Amino acid sequence: MEPIINVEKISKKFVLSHESKERYTALRDVVSQKVKNAVRGQFFKKDKGTKEEFWALQDVSFTVNQGDRVGIIGRNGAGKSTLLKILSRISDPTEGRITIRGRVASLLEVGTGFHPELTGRENIFLNGAILGMSRAEIRSKFDEIVDFAEVEKFLDTPVKRYSSGMYVRLAFAVAAHMEPEILIVDEVLAVGDAQFQKKCLGKMQDVSKNEGRTVLFVSHNIQAISNLCNRGIYLANGKIVMHNAIDATIEKYLHAGEAFSSSNDLAKRIAQSPSDPDFKLIDVAVIQDNREVVGHVVNGKELEIKLTYDLPNRVTGFRAFLDFCDDMGVTIFRTFHDEDREGIMSLEAGRYVSKIIIPPNILAPIIYDIKLLFGIHTIRMLPPHELVIRINVEQTGDYNKSYSGQFTGGKVCLSLPWTINKI
Amino acid sequence: MTTGSPDNIIIIEPGKAAKNYWRDLWRFRELFYILSWRDLKVRYKQTVIGAGWSIIRPLLTTVIFTIVFNKIANLQETSKAPYALMVFAGMLPWQFFSNALTEASNSLIGNSNLISKVYFPRMIVPASSVITSLVDFGVSFLLLIAMMVIYQFLPPWQIVFLPVFIVMVFLAAFGTGLYITALNVKYRDFRYIIPFIVQFGLYVSPVGISSSRIPEKWRLLYALNPMVGVIDGFRWCLLGDPIHWPSFFMSLTIILLFVWLGVWYFRKTEKSFADNI
Repeated sequence: MEPIINVEKISKKFVLSHESKERYTALRDVVSQKVKNAVRGQFFKKDKGTKEEFWALQDVSFTVNQGDRVGIIGRNGAGKSTLLKILSRISDPTEGRITIRGRVASLLEVGTGFHPELTGRENIFLNGAILGMSRAEIRSKFDEIVDFAEVEKFLDTPVKRYSSGMYVRLAFAVAAHMEPEILIVDEVLAVGDAQFQKKCLGKMQDVSKNEGRTVLFVSHNIQAISNLCNRGIYLANGKIVMHNAIDATIEKYLHAGEAFSSSNDLAKRIAQSPSDPDFKLIDVAVIQDNREVVGHVVNGKELEIKLTYDLPNRVTGFRAFLDFCDDMGVTIFRTFHDEDREGIMSLEAGRYVSKIIIPPNILAPIIYDIKLLFGIHTIRMLPPHELVIRINVEQTGDYNKSYSGQFTGGKVCLSLPWTINKI
Repeated sequence: MTTGSPDNIIIIEPGKAAKNYWRDLWRFRELFYILSWRDLKVRYKQTVIGAGWSIIRPLLTTVIFTIVFNKIANLQETSKAPYALMVFAGMLPWQFFSNALTEASNSLIGNSNLISKVYFPRMIVPASSVITSLVDFGVSFLLLIAMMVIYQFLPPWQIVFLPVFIVMVFLAAFGTGLYITALNVKYRDFRYIIPFIVQFGLYVSPVGISSSRIPEKWRLLYALNPMVGVIDGFRWCLLGDPIHWPSFFMSLTIILLFVWLGVWYFRKTEKSFADNI
């Protein structure tokens, strides 16, 4: 059978203009530049050195068979969204050729074209038309859409009065009821509450697995991708690194190492965090073997994490804590800096260091995202919010020592005391 | 499932103007209706008097023109119709042109969220904004009828040709609008040019005067302004004023030239809208 999507050597070039500080080209700049050049007697000379070519995609070729559910993964800027835009015909490729056999619906954003002044009912028709549904089609699905979105009571209310949750639910509901042969979805599940996200994923699974649709799906939620997709494409710097079964592709991506942040990057993120009258994070250090490490650590030795911060005022109930999460964002454990204290601690103004030592034989040989969190108990969270350090743990500990190399799949690797006796 | 049926095969290649462009445009006609409907609905929802605006604006302008030109400057026109009626018959197409041009020129930028997230033939966006202005034109037209009743003025038989001139002004606004809105995506300061065209155009078009006041030898040159032919045509249909056919065809040629230029430039740049917007 012929593939439903055939992508042959697609490339996309952007021309970056370095000189202009503004986002848009303005005619006045073009004119004034031409005049300047004309004065120098070089009207037709191209401005050199101010422009740079950037290839968002280079020689990307792949095929997708009908019923495939393809997850596209890669770091930010790898070209994922550009690829989806080209496949959706929003943007034109610079080179190459794509053949698509079937009706395509793309969902690159939830609620594209929703107008705040219009009512829920009106927006269903508007959004449906924008997504390429006919009026008859929308009418026949109308009740299902309203049911799915749970907005019956507010159908005749302008959506500007909707809560953000209702808005997203309605928007997704319209999209979810399209019936294209090929569905292209970009990172739309990043919105909405957890329960609704689950419902959306369920709906997508339904659409793809049970109804045999072809789905192309971009998400940063690796878990969602691995649940939903059977094939994976891993993009880096505009090129395909791997196109394979989803598990193998995800594994390749996670072990590529490019996902790690350098210490410079961490310092920058700390410096850029918003200021707060009660708290300022100064430094975060991950230390092993008495030296600061970036990214790679071993689980056979102690691992020290040192948080340095200023408290400009006396604070009661200040807490620093760490969430150790796996690379899919699931928390494995949380640890508080004051968990061995009796009662709530008060700290005078000054500079402090909170330090944790994680003993050997705790961490598993996997990737952890350690979320650094700061807060005043029952009052509020303090910035920086969502500061994450990623570490890649290598197995050197005692756990399963005699059979090292065998990955057991556990998220922690505790070396626990067993006894074995012959009886 | 209809996979593989030749109707559904889409080929994406760089620079290749989609072979099925005009068919696609037809296929997306529902989107066109619904975008026009949205613009109208939103427009009338947000204002207190809603459709009243399309009556008040031309009416006030006509009153002022009548007072300034006819009463103060004491300008007498050759038209058979009363002065106010003559001004209004010119004001009608002019207002439509200026509204449609303004709306169409800003339409792509105003719908940038759609352009960057969904595929559809982009021409739908400026076209639907011109349609919105056409509805305003319809409302203002009711006022013209009312005025004719008040002045007890019976339009001549030529009124049957009015649709031709409506199509003409539609094309004038659409062609120019297409060109400017596409330029607007690339050069954002083009939007400052439109109010200028609109304001300037009111005075270089024969809205307050009849173009028969222009000396014969300059009339062809005057008709390079496409609105000259349109306004003359409106007066010919509605009031039975004489029409200068050479200048009418001159204006028509200019309009068709603009439509061709607009469509050509729009289609040439259309593919890069999403990258630039």
